[in-house]
Amino acid sequence: MDNGAEEQKERQPLREQFREMAEAVSATVRQIHDFGEAVAYAVDLCGGRGGCRLAISGCEEKLSRAADGLCRIKDEKIIAAAGLSEKRYRELERSCANQGFTCLRSGLRSHLEGIDIGFTVADLAIAETGTVVLDCPGEDLRLSTMICEYHVCVVNQSRIVKDAFAAEARLKEFMSRAPGYTAFITGASRTADIERVLALGVHGPLEVHLLILED
Amino acid sequence: MQDAKDLKEYRRQMHESLDNEFLRKTLDTFAVAYRAGRAKAFAPFDVAELVADVARSKDEARSRIGELYLEFKRKAEEAGVKVHFAADAAEANEVIVAIARENGVKMVIKSKSMTAEETLLNHALEDGDLEVVETDLGEWIIQLRHEGPSHMVMPAIHLSRYQVGELFTRVTGKEQQSDIEKLVKVARRELREKFVRADMGITGANFAVAETGAIGLVTNEGNARLVTTLPRVHVALMGIDKLVARTTDALKILKVLPRNATGQNITSYVSWITGANECGPAQGGKKITHFVFLDNGRLEMAADPLFSQVFRCVRCGACANVCPVYRLVGGHKMGHIYIGAIGLILTHFFHGAQKSKNLVQNCINCEACKEVCAGGIDLPRLIQGVRARILDETKHPLPNLLLGKVLANRKLFHTLLRTANRAERPVADHEGFIRHLPMIFFKEHDYKAVPAVARSPFRDRWPGISKGPGTSGLKVGLFTGCVQDFVYPEQMEAAARIFAARGVAMSFPMSQSCCGLPVQMMGETQAARNVAVQNIRAFEKDNLDHIVTLCASCASHLKINYPVILDGESKMGEKARAFAAKVIDFSSFANDVLGLEAGEFSGEAVRATFHAPCHLCRGLGVHEAPRSLIRAAGFDFREADESEVCCGFGGTFSIKFPELSARILNKKLEKVEETGASILLTDCPGCILQLRGGLRKRGSPIRVMHTAEALAARMRKV
Repeated sequence: MDNGAEEQKERQPLREQFREMAEAVSATVRQIHDFGEAVAYAVDLCGGRGGCRLAISGCEEKLSRAADGLCRIKDEKIIAAAGLSEKRYRELERSCANQGFTCLRSGLRSHLEGIDIGFTVADLAIAETGTVVLDCPGEDLRLSTMICEYHVCVVNQSRIVKDAFAAEARLKEFMSRAPGYTAFITGASRTADIERVLALGVHGPLEVHLLILED
Repeated sequence: MQDAKDLKEYRRQMHESLDNEFLRKTLDTFAVAYRAGRAKAFAPFDVAELVADVARSKDEARSRIGELYLEFKRKAEEAGVKVHFAADAAEANEVIVAIARENGVKMVIKSKSMTAEETLLNHALEDGDLEVVETDLGEWIIQLRHEGPSHMVMPAIHLSRYQVGELFTRVTGKEQQSDIEKLVKVARRELREKFVRADMGITGANFAVAETGAIGLVTNEGNARLVTTLPRVHVALMGIDKLVARTTDALKILKVLPRNATGQNITSYVSWITGANECGPAQGGKKITHFVFLDNGRLEMAADPLFSQVFRCVRCGACANVCPVYRLVGGHKMGHIYIGAIGLILTHFFHGAQKSKNLVQNCINCEACKEVCAGGIDLPRLIQGVRARILDETKHPLPNLLLGKVLANRKLFHTLLRTANRAERPVADHEGFIRHLPMIFFKEHDYKAVPAVARSPFRDRWPGISKGPGTSGLKVGLFTGCVQDFVYPEQMEAAARIFAARGVAMSFPMSQSCCGLPVQMMGETQAARNVAVQNIRAFEKDNLDHIVTLCASCASHLKINYPVILDGESKMGEKARAFAAKVIDFSSFANDVLGLEAGEFSGEAVRATFHAPCHLCRGLGVHEAPRSLIRAAGFDFREADESEVCCGFGGTFSIKFPELSARILNKKLEKVEETGASILLTDCPGCILQLRGGLRKRGSPIRVMHTAEALAARMRKV
């Protein structure tokens, strides 16, 4: 066996643990082989699987006039991808255009009523807890993971580490840089504040989709 | 928010909770689910090691607190944050209101912060004509209801979906159903609109990391991320105890905090913020960021030899989750602002003796909190320490002084107990219960039958007890404690028969007295110390291998607390440690030292269950020994649900709070009855007093015995 194959074999248990722990907190986990698959997944989630809707989640409820007012604004299906390389962003943008979706990487503050999909690439992933780590000092990248209904996150398999301590040096590097905003994200936004009954999507994403990219 | 003026009013307030069926059921379900969830989350790890890591990190931070504050301040200010230090709650609120004014703020959104609850920040902001909206779902609910939190992590755990539905109907002006998922969606949209309008966000912080100048926020809902991202101003208010030296310290705490709080491996979000981040609407695109550190009594605690442990608290709320009293009365009655065991302590330092004096009585000393504390804080001991402080700051009430004096004078104490026997004789029935309660008891004590003082105490029976040949080479001293000496001497006699049969040489030093736990619980530190010295001296003459006691509470007090009580005294401290090393509870001695085996017993396979006394299972960490003895003795042993949960006795607790004691007892007896056992065994005369009294009152045929009595009755050689 060459070195690469050996390394990959060592990583497999981490990948499996990551998948198991993420699924335990209701994330959807898929294995992909190239970035194109991630783009196809996001576009399919938006269109084919009906993830993108003009009606924003919660807007079907009986709301106060002020809250209802914010519901009326959305009139397009939006995928936001603020942290991608130029090449990858173009690839996603093309696919969105083909389907008639809006693809964004800036100006998210004009869409605070909500967007459909936030598309990101994780800087690190932690197997022990099924967590993705995003270094996101940029406001648009941060917002895209907060105001979306679905968060699709690409996880490079080589960036999965055992636990936070195994990535301590990287984490410290993120946290020492000013300004800095380092986000650990594990599953969807959740609450159990009413009668301890678990409900997903209280403020942030209703679903998290993790796409493990073999690299 | 507990704010009763005296104990009587406090008890009346607690009745409201006891009558709240929804609350009781919710907290019951939660108590059971929490234990299972926590165990699962910690399963892959050595919990003790993780807790020790937290304690080490927090202890280091405490000892370097001034230096870490300056390091953090320098780093954070280099990164564009303004760092403030507030001596007390009023000062913190003033700083924050001033920040709002300077920046022309009209609307503030908040994510959950216990520190902001502590300073009553919302009131100050509203007084400053600011609109304030809590965005954590539970906090928003209680804000709308004008209530305080009833749990540190789940602030609205006391409310039902119907109450929330009604509340949201009022808030939206539209009829809402009670479907939780829908209510959550309503909150999502209602609050989103607030996020969009707000111009200042206030958060707490779980960590302030000195080496990076970053703060860390641990949340599930994601509201804190919006609070720290959308408005142009961010203020984080945190206790100075949130400082840690390094990122690795924060990660160690993070490993324990969610697991211990809710049984989650990690929360949905952990956000680490360094410096003034990018923010569109702020001038120059840079968020105006302020970090406010609050002292408010924390530095006084840090400098105190006993209370400095409080710095290890990570505000996980676990001490409430396992507390049998919290489970009965909920957070509004089990805290002023901070809740649970830690709340009893923090209230004293943050809000003063007036707020803490009643609250701090509400601890049954079962040590369940100590066992699950994320920082390994000895919470029951600190609660006793607060009681001592209150006594010293105010004045010692007469009954306390009398008891302290009486206990320290063994002869006087024992004379009083003998007199009690003579006084009770006319009212005692043939089974050893008092038929009618003497006048000193109130009607609330009627939930259990109370035993009469025995006709002759163990100390009078000792000369007539057969001591056996004593040929095994083992020599033990018997420590009876008050209850077994004067109420249940037959339990000691049973143990003596077993020891004699096994050739154990025994001595019974006559100058031994009460172990001192009751005065320690009251906060009568000096009396507790004097009694400890008297007992250590009583046992130092005979050259003993072990000091055996049949009372779990005495055993844990002698073994664990004596060395702590006498730690500061060089000569007595050493004697206390030597004494403590010899102390052993009955079951551990019979099982681990004597090694009693099945072959030594005979008898039918009668169904039996075991109640684990708090001070046996948690105080001494003994779990297996009594169960293995019961099996060896040929009983059909059945484990009861929650067998390690308190029976509600708690010594003086059952006298101060009879209503609570009765409820806890009844829950315990239901679990015992579910096993179908006809015999209930336990290792503590206090528990026996409580359990026997309760069963008798229910008219139950279940017999309660000390494990020693059950074994002696079945031992062939006895």
